[in-house]
Amino acid sequence: MSELERHSYDVVVIGAGGAGLRAAVEAREAGLRVAIICKSLFGKAHTVMAEGGAAASMGNANEKDNWMVHFRDTMRGGKFLSHYRMAELHAKEAPDRIWELEMWGALFDRTKAGKISQRNFGGHEYPRLAHVGDRTGLELIRTMQQKIVALQQKDGRDTGDMESGIKVFAELTITDILKENGRVSGAYGYWRESGEEVAFQAPAVVIATGGVGKTFKVTSNSWEGTGDGHALALKAGANLVDMEFLQFHPTGMVWPPSVRGILVTESVRGEGGVLTNSDGKRFMFNYIPEVFKDKYADNEAEADRWYEDQDNNRRPPELLPRDEVARAINSEVKAGRGGEHGGIYLDVSKRLSAEVIKKKLPSMWHQFFELAGVDITKEAMEVGPTCHYIMGGVEVDPDTAAAVGVPGLFAAGEVAGGMHGSNRLGGNSLSDLLVFGRRAGIGAVEYVKNNPANPVSDSAIAAAASKIQAPFNREGGENSYALHAELQEITQDLVGIIRTGSELKEAITKIAQIRQRSANVAVAGGRKFNPGFHLAFDLDNMLLVAESTAKSAIAREESRGGHTRDDFPVMSDKWRQVNHISSFDGSQISVRTQVLPNMPKELFDLFDIHELEKYMTSEEVSKGGSK
Amino acid sequence: MTRNVKLRIWRGDSTDGGLQDVQVEANTGEVVLDVIHRVQATQMGDLAVRWNCKAGKCGSCSMEINGKPRLACMTQVASFGDEEVITVTPLRAFPVIKDLVTDVSFNYKKAMEIPAYEHPQNLGPGEARMEQIDVERSQEFRNCIECFLCQDVCHVVRDHEENKKSFAGPRFFIRIAELDMHPLDTLKNRKRTAQEEHGLGMCNITKCCTEICPQHIRITDNGIIPMKERVVDTKYDPVRWLGSKIRKREGIV
Repeated sequence: MSELERHSYDVVVIGAGGAGLRAAVEAREAGLRVAIICKSLFGKAHTVMAEGGAAASMGNANEKDNWMVHFRDTMRGGKFLSHYRMAELHAKEAPDRIWELEMWGALFDRTKAGKISQRNFGGHEYPRLAHVGDRTGLELIRTMQQKIVALQQKDGRDTGDMESGIKVFAELTITDILKENGRVSGAYGYWRESGEEVAFQAPAVVIATGGVGKTFKVTSNSWEGTGDGHALALKAGANLVDMEFLQFHPTGMVWPPSVRGILVTESVRGEGGVLTNSDGKRFMFNYIPEVFKDKYADNEAEADRWYEDQDNNRRPPELLPRDEVARAINSEVKAGRGGEHGGIYLDVSKRLSAEVIKKKLPSMWHQFFELAGVDITKEAMEVGPTCHYIMGGVEVDPDTAAAVGVPGLFAAGEVAGGMHGSNRLGGNSLSDLLVFGRRAGIGAVEYVKNNPANPVSDSAIAAAASKIQAPFNREGGENSYALHAELQEITQDLVGIIRTGSELKEAITKIAQIRQRSANVAVAGGRKFNPGFHLAFDLDNMLLVAESTAKSAIAREESRGGHTRDDFPVMSDKWRQVNHISSFDGSQISVRTQVLPNMPKELFDLFDIHELEKYMTSEEVSKGGSK
Repeated sequence: MTRNVKLRIWRGDSTDGGLQDVQVEANTGEVVLDVIHRVQATQMGDLAVRWNCKAGKCGSCSMEINGKPRLACMTQVASFGDEEVITVTPLRAFPVIKDLVTDVSFNYKKAMEIPAYEHPQNLGPGEARMEQIDVERSQEFRNCIECFLCQDVCHVVRDHEENKKSFAGPRFFIRIAELDMHPLDTLKNRKRTAQEEHGLGMCNITKCCTEICPQHIRITDNGIIPMKERVVDTKYDPVRWLGSKIRKREGIV
């Protein structure tokens, strides 16, 4: 066998989406040597799929907006389960992160005054999303990709080698975080192209691997969303927090079957699109929950007036947070008022002209026209819920993004937990990537200052290498594609948008059975760009994530945000006080409760006390926040 | 509705390869990428193909379908006749790695050669003011999903490996055009370096790139031609040429 490829860096960033690239920029600008590892080609990460925009209270569209309003919206969107400190940092720092992108060359849509335009989105009190048509994620990732190139060009001028300070390792999968003496020492993986193995030595590793959507059958996520970072962190000894909270985006495509799940941006509703059932009724008026009654219009006339006059009218209920809309759609379809293909209708053609639709929602027009043969400037789209985002993730320190329990490990973006509580607001993901990507970069820089290289041992390498070789040594074992399909059926049917205790119990048993069988996956063909081999590792990650989600879901006996229990349909103030922490002992996931930190008084006081009474126990309310 | 599709897939690597015939089921509304995935899951577990979003937004599943460079996720199976054989081959302009996957590193190298955006030094965070109409010209080019189909179809490099060294290709001409038309970018001479260092002059405007672009970016009309015209204006205008010599001014701004 040829000699093992080895690299040594100060920081290894796993994942080249928004959070990973932002962390890499920060670490490089502080003078560290950085490796960026991506599972696909550079610039293809799932961030590219984000459509609507990045939420930041710049106040360009409504000057009443500020970080406090954004903070309140985020906390209530997450049903007060968010880590208050993350929500606070996010709301405070998001505007700077957007302006910074502009200084790196991003071209956002503009207001008449020439500032960055901001659009309405579910759960945001004011128009707040910086956007570029409906391809904001593409703008974000391209800007950061080009910023990385700018840094490489600077290094090239300084050292003669453009890749001396920051190098992108594209199409490389990491299979293990390496540790020595209780601290991170590096990472191990293989080139997807050749199948050859690679060892990275680095005192700090930033996980920014995104989500878990591919665990489900109907999802808006690309193939990369296989929970790699969640699983890597678990195996390295970190915790996951609140893995029961998954966001089912209310509007995914439903027809034809091959496009089922592909995202239909919330901007369609932000720009005035309405939801109707097969009777032609705007049903969302029937689904405004008690906690939001004062903020959402209960009749069509007021909802329609809001588009022109936001000061004197309440918002249309189509713009409720995503969990509410997804549940409403689910109920309508269950009640037999669904459309031809089991979805409901979303129509923007009646409010906007064809020209405006094509300008504001160009990729939606394109997507429906080319994939479904539907012209959205003339007719309604048929849509239904699709697994979109996981609120749960690696338990981190809010300020530094350091993973709890593993020195040298950091996590940011979708893979990190805490920020969004039980439900994420649209637009808060792109801003989350930027805010906490940067903070993870700073966290890694500070850590590396005090913790020099931690050499990787031969035994750690041998253990990681034997795992990669294992599926090739088996003959006639299980097929990874078939197991993946089985897992997707189980999660979709038993751990989906509406859950019950008995089904979750069944899911836990079945997931364990698949995990047993997956230990016997065999791979046909060689190591060179072999998708069957790649999937064997992704599958292992998805199984751990699914187990964590199912076990957290069965423990939480209430309905809140992205977790709905048919057998416990009510939100409970007692359950609001706890997070679920998943950990892994090498053979299975265990879940325990942990008390959620209390908001300090200055944040507590930002809310109307009557609103807090809807979520908190009377004891908590009378305490008035921690001192 | 399900039907049988005849697929002819190129399989092999840099040393050897050829077309293999397979039959596979296709359901209503499916795209070529769907049937390739079905072949992968049921008949050829190690069939190499790149893909990510399956929604025409990431530009990963570029390949040649019946000889035409296309995104497999945006090509409907129904667009081919019932008896028609669908032949899928890797991008011709780039070296094959395995099956439908090619080595596109050429593009990333070229990307590193284009000087980055330079923000005005006196303009701090949030201070930029731009008109929508002014950002739209560059926004068109920023719609690029880097599928590299334009690079693949461009005859300057498609069958001329020797031109790759001095030719950045359509994707990077619109990158330069985007920066050149960016209302705030302060780096001068972008058009001149496009001509002198990135091979803009080698393009003879056959517009194949524009025709192939899945994002419908008017690469030639809005990007390449305006740059070529301005380069010609200044390079061959005797008054401007003289002006640039006498007053030490940049000939092209």
